[in-house]
Amino acid sequence: MENADENILEVKNLTIDFHTYAGTVKAIRDVSFHLKKGETLAIVGESGSGKTVTTKTIMGLLANNAEVVEGTVKYHGKNVLEMSEKELENMRGKDIAEIFQDPMTSLDPTMRIGRQIAEPLQIHKGYSREKANKQALEMLKLVGITNAEERINDYPHQFSGGMRQRIVIAIALVCYPEILIADEPTTALDVTIQAQILDLMKELQEKISTSIIFITHDLGVVAGMADRVAVMYAGKIVEYGTVDEIFYNPQHPYTWGLLNSMPTLDTRKGKLESIPGTPPDLLDPPTGDPFAARNPYAMKIDEQKEPPFFKVSDTHYAATWLLHPDAPHVDPPDAIKHRQEVYAERLKKGTINLGHIHSTGKTSFGADNDDAIGE
Amino acid sequence: MAKYLLKRIFYLFLTLFLIASITFFLMKLMPGTPLNNQAKLSPQQIKIIYEHYGLNKPVWQQYISYIVDAAHGNFGLSYQFSDQPVSYLISSRIGPSLQLGAQAIIVGVFFGIIVGSLSAIRKNTWIDGASTFISILGISIPSFVLAILLQYYLGLKLQWFPIADWGGFSYTVLPTLALAASPFAETSRFVRTEMVDVLGSDYIELAKAKGLSRTGIVWHHALRNSLIPLVTVIGPLAAAIMTGSMVVENIFSVPGIGEQFVKSILVNDYPTIMGVTMLYSALLCAILLLTDIVYGIIDPRIRISGNEG
Repeated sequence: MENADENILEVKNLTIDFHTYAGTVKAIRDVSFHLKKGETLAIVGESGSGKTVTTKTIMGLLANNAEVVEGTVKYHGKNVLEMSEKELENMRGKDIAEIFQDPMTSLDPTMRIGRQIAEPLQIHKGYSREKANKQALEMLKLVGITNAEERINDYPHQFSGGMRQRIVIAIALVCYPEILIADEPTTALDVTIQAQILDLMKELQEKISTSIIFITHDLGVVAGMADRVAVMYAGKIVEYGTVDEIFYNPQHPYTWGLLNSMPTLDTRKGKLESIPGTPPDLLDPPTGDPFAARNPYAMKIDEQKEPPFFKVSDTHYAATWLLHPDAPHVDPPDAIKHRQEVYAERLKKGTINLGHIHSTGKTSFGADNDDAIGE
Repeated sequence: MAKYLLKRIFYLFLTLFLIASITFFLMKLMPGTPLNNQAKLSPQQIKIIYEHYGLNKPVWQQYISYIVDAAHGNFGLSYQFSDQPVSYLISSRIGPSLQLGAQAIIVGVFFGIIVGSLSAIRKNTWIDGASTFISILGISIPSFVLAILLQYYLGLKLQWFPIADWGGFSYTVLPTLALAASPFAETSRFVRTEMVDVLGSDYIELAKAKGLSRTGIVWHHALRNSLIPLVTVIGPLAAAIMTGSMVVENIFSVPGIGEQFVKSILVNDYPTIMGVTMLYSALLCAILLLTDIVYGIIDPRIRISGNEG
């Protein structure tokens, strides 16, 4: 058994440009995070914040016009960005697998689903067709397809969306990968099916002890799934911490905005909150904090200098100047304040769950930026 | 499935009936008569000839007797070829046309698939550029120019193949190549477009995420999905080519049906025009029906009996 504290995946200072006709898009800027065995890390952010590009980088599936300007993606200490195509093929599907957003289009329409599930086994484990098919049947049962024996020979169009996502999950997990990247796996499904798929993922995570990187824009989904959360904005991580820290003690105004725009049971009347404005153009990212233009709490320094990560706790960091000791105290929106009060109370009572992953204090995030202020 | 087939076959005959009717009346509207030396003939002689072929009767009577005869497989006697039955004329000359057409389709489609796939897999490289260039040549060079070039270089200069005439497989090579250019070009363009589409789809991304190699992806997922729509193109293409090309048959002195058809139009040989038109129509209808049946077999999404979805 490996050391439970070991980082199986470490992304460091990842910076990625896309060369397009319109110019160079700075899609990912200095992104660092890590993943421990068995945990679920959620990466949250709105469309275009760089979540998917991050996962594509981990899989070694970046588009041709992408350039990794800086940084490393280390899987068990080996840099994925330097792997040969052959090594990448060996890793994909076997060690790191991925589930995509739209189950309606992610299955080959002309291949029986049984064959599609069996395929990774034949490639990676050299199973015979028969043995792979048998294993595929087991997997199909595991993801909850009723009548699996008959349905294994059906084609994708004979299944509903939820069932297809179960099949996609079966494909992803059939080799028992160490890491599962789920890129908005429930976005295309209706709400009742969403819950089923999330439950299934949690159940399977325990059964085959895989780590999950869960990409989503839906904070509601995160609460039930994740151990830790990283919030991305405009190609950068702006805040990260355990799920409780992000939900009950958020520090970054962008996280406040995200949480505020999530409808709760208290949202009875009036309109849903939203974050005004749009994300910045990554062809020409603004200097300073990219969120400044949409941030009602922005200060002068936000427009001049990008904030470093400030430490909130051993596991919780946020990149906002509001955390600087010299910054004026601001009151977050009422709903966030309420959350923080609940959090403080729970902390006092000691009922808070800081997540089952406890940092040793050393993290791969930019913890050493603490005193970078005041220049 | 049987019910569906019966329905389709009924429609096939209905279509053929309509085509026969329309062609019949259109042909009657054409100026001129079947007699190319009318000026020299006395009214008496003309009357005898007209009676012999039933042309003196009212048009609607001619029409009914033609349809009734055609339903019995009798397409009348040719005017120009000294009273030979049209069905005999066609059957004795269709062979070479069918053979050339089939060979051209097989060669053209086969290489079209290879070039089109390569082009899509290596999109925006010199391979893609070169194959696009070849395809455009294939579409834009008229077949008679290509035929003459083939005769000159492969036939005359290199002496690899006979320049013309009909007599064994080696005689079919040059006309086959000349005929294959257009199905080749169309197939390769079509396959390229389809495959570029398929290669950009989510299930190919998933196949990559599974760890399949490039060749594995093309072989197991991309090829089948991009070739299925090709079936709909090949059908009509095959029908057009197998019914013979007048120009190519003329250049290579192939005793095919294409030449005969054009000639019969020029001399108002009504029964031959009708017979060949009906043959073309029947072939096209049959191929379209076959296309639909084959499509149902190779594409699981449109199996006719598969209503479970």
